[in-house]
Amino acid sequence: MKKVRKIILPGEIVGNAKDKRSSYGTFVEEGNIVSKFLGILRESGGYLSVIPLSGVYIPRKQDKVIGFITDVERMGWIVDINSPWQAFLSLSEAVDEFIDLKRFDISKFYDVGDIVYAQVSDVKRGDVQLTMRTPMARKLKDGVTIKITPSKVPRLIGKEGSMINIVKEKTGTTIRVGQNGVVWISGEKVEKAIKVIKMIDEKAHIIGLTDEISKLLSD
Amino acid sequence: MGMKTEEKMIIKGRRLDGREPDELREIEMKVGVIPNANGSAQVSFGNTVAIAGVYGPRLLHPKHLQRADTAILQCRYNMAPFSVDERASPGPSRRSIEISKVTRLALEPALFLEEYPETVVDVYIEILQADGSTRVTGINAASLALADAGVPMRDLVVALSGGKIDETPIIDLNGKEDNYSVADIPFAFMPRKKEITLLQMDGLLTPDEIKSIFKNLLKAGQTIYEMQKQALRKKYEE
Repeated sequence: MKKVRKIILPGEIVGNAKDKRSSYGTFVEEGNIVSKFLGILRESGGYLSVIPLSGVYIPRKQDKVIGFITDVERMGWIVDINSPWQAFLSLSEAVDEFIDLKRFDISKFYDVGDIVYAQVSDVKRGDVQLTMRTPMARKLKDGVTIKITPSKVPRLIGKEGSMINIVKEKTGTTIRVGQNGVVWISGEKVEKAIKVIKMIDEKAHIIGLTDEISKLLSD
Repeated sequence: MGMKTEEKMIIKGRRLDGREPDELREIEMKVGVIPNANGSAQVSFGNTVAIAGVYGPRLLHPKHLQRADTAILQCRYNMAPFSVDERASPGPSRRSIEISKVTRLALEPALFLEEYPETVVDVYIEILQADGSTRVTGINAASLALADAGVPMRDLVVALSGGKIDETPIIDLNGKEDNYSVADIPFAFMPRKKEITLLQMDGLLTPDEIKSIFKNLLKAGQTIYEMQKQALRKKYEE
């Protein structure tokens, strides 16, 4: 029996609204703070939040995501960012030089099937805008992508990148993790890295997972 | 309210399957049975087996059904052709369309759909084996599947049926009792605040009888609530 973090269920009362503040994944009802999700309770600075163990990706401003180009439009690209809403990458946010749209085919920059690492620049209801105007943004080539639960991305990265750095080091791969749960891997032992990442996704709620993973990778 | 029968449905205070009037059938719940769905669950009450899959929130097509301020919930209740003794003809019927609608109305108050504008949450409920109380079994499965899918919820939804047979108030009717009962009540509620989200009745009851059935339903509902919680925890505590 492994040590497991306490699982909170939807509708469970997690605290009193008088001495704690309600944060992500909770709501206040009759003076109680109640959980919205099946997840793990987190407390910081008097705020109570519940981190869900499942669920879809909800885009937020400043998030760095990995997206798949699904369509080329007249002045930009439609991008699938693994969320209920499609994102739009406009030409001006992606290319620096001047483009004469009458003569130039913009699919030369990004075409259907390309994978991009971009930043969410704006979210208005169902309208998500992306930008490549950020230092890390680029097109990702020659790799494989897998999907994990978006809420477990912080677990995969670990404290200051502790978890993901172990995986990168021990498998000799380059890994990019999008906040939307898409992970791009390229390098030597890709298969081993995929196996480990999927294991982290499944066992995110277990205490002392970093040690277990580094042990598994050393074998 | 069912057909007339000469057969006694309650003998010496016990029902045909040997249960007490306020006793539930054997209940089994399993969460995460469909890998491709965002959330799923299988629930059985005795011989009634329902499986539910939740997909979404995802983009809704056709576009004219989209709501700019909230997600919508779509439910489908369907009986498998092999779920009953005589083959049920596949596809939606008058009955299954009605049950799909009351299932949606029973689940909607529990969800924070306004967090996902322009999208849809699809709930598919399949009855694999039918032996009475299929709609409440389906709602229990859907409640677990929604929690498993990570859709934000106010509370879990607990459902069960009540009724009256030979002057005795009973709960959790099986197929035969359903056919020959004086009255039956499908019932769903959110346990934390005891908010009722589904209440139908078929048959005749006096106000006093309804009160006594309600008391039994709420009491047995707590048992089902505990089982739902246990089933959800079990997925992660192995």
